[in-house]
Amino acid sequence: MIEFFRKLFAPTNSSQTAKERLRLVLMTDHLSLAPDMIEAMKRDFIDVIAKYVEVDRDKIEINFEQQDKALAMLANVPILAVNRNGGSNNGDGGKGDGGKKTEEPKTVEAVATATAPLPRRKRRKKSPPATVAPSNASPAPAG
Amino acid sequence: MSGRRIVVTSGKGGVGKTTTTANLGATLAKRGHRVILIDADIGLRNLDLVLGLEKRIVFDVVEVAEGRCQLRQALIKDKRFGELLSILPAAQTRDKDAITEEQFAGIVKQAADIADYVFIDCPAGIEAGFRNAIAGADEAIVVTTPEVSAIRDADRVIGKVAEKNIPIRLIVNRLRPEMVRTGDMLSVEDVCEILSAELIGVIPDDEEVIDTTNRGEPIALDEANKLRVVYDKIARRLEGELVPFTNFDNQGFFGRLLGVLKAG
Amino acid sequence: MHEVQPEPVPVAQKAKRGRAIVITSGKGGVGKTTTTANLGHALAARGCSVALIDADVGLRNLDIVLGLESRVKHNLLDVLDGTVELDDAIVRDKHNASLVLLAASQTREKDEVDTEKMKALVERMREQYDYVIIDCPAGIEGGFKNAVVGADEAIVVCTPEVSAVRDVDRVVGLLGNKFRPQLIVNRLRPALVKKGKMLSVEDVNAILRLPLLGVIGDEPEIIVTTNRGEPIALRKDGATAAAYHAIAAKIAGEDVAAPTVEIKASGFFGKLGAMFGGAK
Repeated sequence: MIEFFRKLFAPTNSSQTAKERLRLVLMTDHLSLAPDMIEAMKRDFIDVIAKYVEVDRDKIEINFEQQDKALAMLANVPILAVNRNGGSNNGDGGKGDGGKKTEEPKTVEAVATATAPLPRRKRRKKSPPATVAPSNASPAPAG
Repeated sequence: MSGRRIVVTSGKGGVGKTTTTANLGATLAKRGHRVILIDADIGLRNLDLVLGLEKRIVFDVVEVAEGRCQLRQALIKDKRFGELLSILPAAQTRDKDAITEEQFAGIVKQAADIADYVFIDCPAGIEAGFRNAIAGADEAIVVTTPEVSAIRDADRVIGKVAEKNIPIRLIVNRLRPEMVRTGDMLSVEDVCEILSAELIGVIPDDEEVIDTTNRGEPIALDEANKLRVVYDKIARRLEGELVPFTNFDNQGFFGRLLGVLKAG
Repeated sequence: MHEVQPEPVPVAQKAKRGRAIVITSGKGGVGKTTTTANLGHALAARGCSVALIDADVGLRNLDIVLGLESRVKHNLLDVLDGTVELDDAIVRDKHNASLVLLAASQTREKDEVDTEKMKALVERMREQYDYVIIDCPAGIEGGFKNAVVGADEAIVVCTPEVSAVRDVDRVVGLLGNKFRPQLIVNRLRPALVKKGKMLSVEDVNAILRLPLLGVIGDEPEIIVTTNRGEPIALRKDGATAAAYHAIAAKIAGEDVAAPTVEIKASGFFGKLGAMFGGAK
């Protein structure tokens, strides 16, 4: 009986399901095949965050996970201190880009938002994760 | 001028590489080109069988590589095509490590000196056999079916072949238009959207194909076979002609012609 | 969301060693992965604990056929390398909790698999599961060798086509005396056999001479099930689902009637025999 209702309400178009699944699985495959690109992306991402908050670089975790119909990048970034002056302090004691312009005070609000507790995801970590919005971009070309 | 060296690959097994290599080669030979087909599936050869030439094997590609015979001695001429179609069979009782990439590439180049088209029938997978097969190629044709596993594997293989910076073209094989219509199979458009390669052929599923390979009779020789036109179109696109793709969505194979997609 | 069933008590006692079966063919595309997935489900439906291992490193597909691709976090190579515990790498099936998957790596190469470690892993898994089923990649290269090493039973899958029969014949030879492989004939089309345009089961087995485990007809619906990632053995009706369940019953030792899908046909035997006569 449940089978019947399941079939009734399931999308009858299995090719659409297949296309969606392929899109996501190929994104995952491409990401795992481009470790250099991912490393570079992680470095840039951390550098940007570190302009606003002091982070523990050694304990940062960045992973990709499938959530519903999208691939999400999940970052767990332990924050050691909040930089009151926005981007004027590079956060982690001299590392990162020293040549960037000082940001306006309004970035302090942005910092406050970023550190506000976010809805709990599947991750079992203690510190509130900083989550990047899921990417709906089409898959990167192969190779 | 040296002939074109085209590897026919897929990643996934059983999608029609060997059948496509045989039929495309035969079609080009029928159109007057000198064609050499090389079976790179050492240990699991099938190109000879599909063309009905299995009884005429004397030497194989490994023996050529080892210098035990000349290339010309190992080539089997398919008499049905005059002097125009030959095959170089794989070894059946050896391993894929019986030949190196350099040796294989050397043989492919030698073949290209005496042919207009050299097709390399690649084994399934991305192991040594695959690496050998792509070693001497300067073009690739990736064969896929409109099914999830095949497309995933084709994607991986496209990625690997792309490292060689050679043109990659796609054939979608075993399309079932009626299943596409009911939403039970990915369409050619879906497949092209997912894979980033230029489409060069769409071959509908046809139960007669099994019969042709059972009998070792290439489709190019059978006037009555519906797929003859399809392979002919692929051959012409390979030659550089802009040929419209047949829209199989209508009843029968010869529905109204689709607009011309970007051709090779 | 699917309801996860509570883990049933496995039929075999924990102390008994489970069976390790490799599903192979030589020829690609004949249905090894589909068979692995469906047999896995059919055996799990009987109350057995089943672990499926995808040995197709670099070209994994068992995960996507089972519909578990989004749940795979770690894989076979992570476990073999020792970077991840087996319990963290296995993925529990969405429909039946007594079925688990150990996926292949998509980014590594088959030659990175250590044969001895693979053998040890399969051995270890046999202590935890009633059945360990290994999905073998196409071909007879390193991937094949590693898939076979931990198993002590083999099932060869063959379609009624000359290339497939020839490849299976080769693989049976390579499997050697350790195995007494059983045969599944897949994708049979009785109507074509009747017209003399396809080999019959008898034609195929006249060459291979293997104990026949099962015959499965060609069913386009399989494409739909793979599109959705819902193996056909999950269905309660249909000839293909029934065929897989019958095969599972036979594997489990039940006395099952001989598989019959095809209509006997003549005509190919002579040609086939001649084809194989001097070809080796």
